[in-house]
Amino acid sequence: MLDDGAPIFSQVADRLADEIADGALREGDRAPSSNELASFYRINPATAAKGINVLMVEGLLEKRRGVGMFVAQGARAQLLARRRRSFVEHYVEPMVGEAARLGIGPEPLLEMVRSTLALPGRVQV
Amino acid sequence: MSATISVSGLSRCYRSHLALDGVTLEVEGPVVVGLLGRNGAGKSTLMRILAAQERPSSGHVSVLGGPVWENDEALRRLVLVREDQEYPDVKVRDAVRAASWFHPNWSAGLAEAMIEDFELPPGRAIKKLSRGMRSALGIVVGIASRAEVTLLDEPYAGLDPLARRTFYERLLADYAEHPRTVLLSTHLIDEAAGLMERVVLIDHGRVVLDAPADDVRGGATAVTGSASSVDRFVADRPVWERRLLGAQQSVVMPGLLDEVDWARAQQMHLDLKPLSLQEMVVYAAGGAWRSVRAKEEACV
Repeated sequence: MLDDGAPIFSQVADRLADEIADGALREGDRAPSSNELASFYRINPATAAKGINVLMVEGLLEKRRGVGMFVAQGARAQLLARRRRSFVEHYVEPMVGEAARLGIGPEPLLEMVRSTLALPGRVQV
Repeated sequence: MSATISVSGLSRCYRSHLALDGVTLEVEGPVVVGLLGRNGAGKSTLMRILAAQERPSSGHVSVLGGPVWENDEALRRLVLVREDQEYPDVKVRDAVRAASWFHPNWSAGLAEAMIEDFELPPGRAIKKLSRGMRSALGIVVGIASRAEVTLLDEPYAGLDPLARRTFYERLLADYAEHPRTVLLSTHLIDEAAGLMERVVLIDHGRVVLDAPADDVRGGATAVTGSASSVDRFVADRPVWERRLLGAQQSVVMPGLLDEVDWARAQQMHLDLKPLSLQEMVVYAAGGAWRSVRAKEEACV
C-alpha cells in the first residue's frame, strides 16, 4: 500500500493531504487518528502520529482537545494553491521535455492538449 | 529515569568465537525496534542475554532499571519468544495457562482470540504441533503477556503469509492500546518495516547501524539509465555498486537526493529508485558502509 523507498511518515502525510485536496476529507471533518492510520496501513502508531503532525504544522489539521484532529478551515484552498504553484514544474515541464525528445513541435503539442481537453468525459475548464 | 534497556560494552564468547563484540545500546520505551542482521550476527545471543537466559562474558546489562540475572521480578515483566522455543511435554492450553500465571499483565481474552486466529488446537500436545503452529503459540504468548519488554526473535518460522499478517495486525493493535518496548528480529524486513520505528543492525557481533527506520529508508538510491548520463549524474559522489549492461548502467548511490537531483535526473532521462529498508540493510550487512572491514577478533 505504501512505497518501500520513501519515509513512511511523509507518505502518510501525502495521502492525507490528497484526501483533503480531493474533498474526500472535508473541512471540519474529523481526520483519522494515529491508531486508525496505524491499523489501516499496518504501520507503527508513532510513525502515523508523525505524519499527522506534518499536516498540523502546515495548518491543514487542527487539534480539538479530547476529541481528535480535524481538517482546518481553508485547508483545501491552501493545498490547491500549493499544487497550482507546482503544476508547471511537475506536469508541464516534463511534458514539454518529453515532447522535445520525441521531436514533437510546439504547435502539434498544443493541438494534442486541445484535443485531449475536448475528449468526452473530460472536465471542461 | 534509566532507559528500558541499557547495554554497554557487552561481549559474549563461545570458546574461541566472539558472538558479541562490545555492543552498546540504549532503548527507551515504548518503541518497536527492528533488530536486524545476518544469521550468526549475534541477534539471538543479545536477546538471550537480555532475557537472562545466558550470561555475558563481559559488559553491563540493565533491563527495566536493573540487572536481570536471577531477578525474578524483572523476568516477569519481560518475555522472550524464540524461533526454536522449547516447551515441556504438555498441551497447548497448559502452556498458555502457565504463561498466564507467570506474566502479571497477561490478557486471557487476547490469548483466546489469537488462539482462534491461528486455529491452534488447545488440547493438542505441543510436540505434535507443526512448526508453524509452534511459532503461532510462541506469538500468542509473546503478545498476550503484554510484557513491558517483549523480545521476539524470528518468531514466525513456518508461518504462512496470512498468519504473518495476523501477527503484524495483532501486535500493532495491542501495542497501540498497551505500548511497550518490543525488539523484533526478522529477515522479512520489508514485510515488517512498517512496524519498526528504529532499526539496529548487528554484524559480526557489533552494532553497525542504529537509526530511525525512516532515516534509513531511501538513504541510498538506485540510478539507472544510459551509461554516460549515469556517470555524469553521479560525478564524484560515492557509489556502492555499479552494473553495466551494454550502454545501460545502474549504480547504487548513498545519500539523500534533493529536488535539484530529481529534476536533473528527469532531464537526463534517468530512473531513480530509493532503496527499501531491506535493500539498505543488505548493503550495510555486506560491508558497504564500512570503509575498512574490521578483522574478526578472537576471544581472549
